Amino acid sequence: MWLGLDSVPAPRHGRGMPHDHSDHDHPHALLPSDPALRVKALETILTQKGLIDPAALDEIIETYETKIGPRNGAEVVARAWTDPAFREALLEDATKVVSELGFYGRQGEHMVAVENTKDVHNMVVCTLCSCYPWPLLGIPPGWYKSDAYRARAVREPRKVLAEFGVTLPEDTSIRVWDSTAEVRYLVVPMRPTNTEDLTQSELVELISRDSMIGTGLAGQP
Amino acid sequence: MTRVHDMGGRFGDGAIVPETENAPVFHEDWHARALALTLAAGGLGQWNIDISRHARECLPPIDYARFSYYEKWMAGLAGLLVDTGVVTRAELAEGIGQGESVLTDKRLKAENVAGVLASGGPADRPSDIPVAFKPADQVRTRKITGNRLVDGGHTRLPLYAAGAVGRIVRIHGTHILPDSSAHRLGDGAESLYAVAFAASELWANPEHPKDEVVLDLWQSYLEPA
Repeated sequence: MWLGLDSVPAPRHGRGMPHDHSDHDHPHALLPSDPALRVKALETILTQKGLIDPAALDEIIETYETKIGPRNGAEVVARAWTDPAFREALLEDATKVVSELGFYGRQGEHMVAVENTKDVHNMVVCTLCSCYPWPLLGIPPGWYKSDAYRARAVREPRKVLAEFGVTLPEDTSIRVWDSTAEVRYLVVPMRPTNTEDLTQSELVELISRDSMIGTGLAGQP
Repeated sequence: MTRVHDMGGRFGDGAIVPETENAPVFHEDWHARALALTLAAGGLGQWNIDISRHARECLPPIDYARFSYYEKWMAGLAGLLVDTGVVTRAELAEGIGQGESVLTDKRLKAENVAGVLASGGPADRPSDIPVAFKPADQVRTRKITGNRLVDGGHTRLPLYAAGAVGRIVRIHGTHILPDSSAHRLGDGAESLYAVAFAASELWANPEHPKDEVVLDLWQSYLEPA
């Protein structure tokens, strides 16, 4: 298993565990101050030591730039809108359902789908870091990782939604999901009215990334 | 008792700046490189995800606050590489890797990237600890959120939810306990629950009487209420 939570060996040298440094003696302070040069320096050192294959880095970047993104999640939502048995199975065990569609993987090992209704609007945040369902939505946008969103989404979700141009009816309650563990949440937005005649692929076009985080609503045709 | 990353509910951060749906995934080439480098270095198997989160959280608060997102990742990675002896401080300072590592057989190859990303790393593990709560049970979180195993250690109970009463809405099964795993003290798996809290239980001035916040919390963070 890779990058997950399997037991890892005790390190060969050093303390092995993160610990507190002052801001002067932290190892990062040894690197160039310009962040682009800092990344370059780390890549160079690790490549020289035979620990990194730069072509593998290119492959990772290509994957998240072109192959894994919010379109995956939109396909899941569109199918949930059009196929009642699929919707029921998704709400029951999302991990199983999205795995069968090939959307399993890193940062999507334990999926839960939460459905918006007239009564409840769901919204997702990670106040402690930036947890996000990568296989379904890709790499999170900058605002999702920002201090402002992390700090405010749990305390004042309605003001946050207003900044995204979203106003909910007064009698709709909000459920904010703070992703504090390895469970990742996918919001199933409400299907817009007057979309009965649309095909599944036409519906996919209405399903934005933000609507699956809960900071947006599905678009109108 | 807490660290700078634990910012849920904090005041003073200003407005959120939404991005269009078609904005680039990476705004700078080095952002992409930083993410890929972090994933590939993780593949060397010298730390797990909890250790890597804690490495970022251990950045001095002044650095955590001034660094952009991927700068935090790079600083966390530099710390991990030194802490595990994979890279020396001298190598970082000189920008030159001195000799081949003993870990080269673990290097991630380009042809394995797709398979590795698709295989993931699940966090559920068997546990001997009996399940203590069921859906609809009332529970109270620890009043003090700190790690009980390691002073100043990693934990996933945010300060804003400390000492609050909520109700179990979902049981996720038994998951690795980050408080243990982040410090190489074993999986410590126990039941993980989604716990819903009324906004009025968490905030002085909740926006709406019916709003809730749901957190995923481990059994040892909770007691019956």
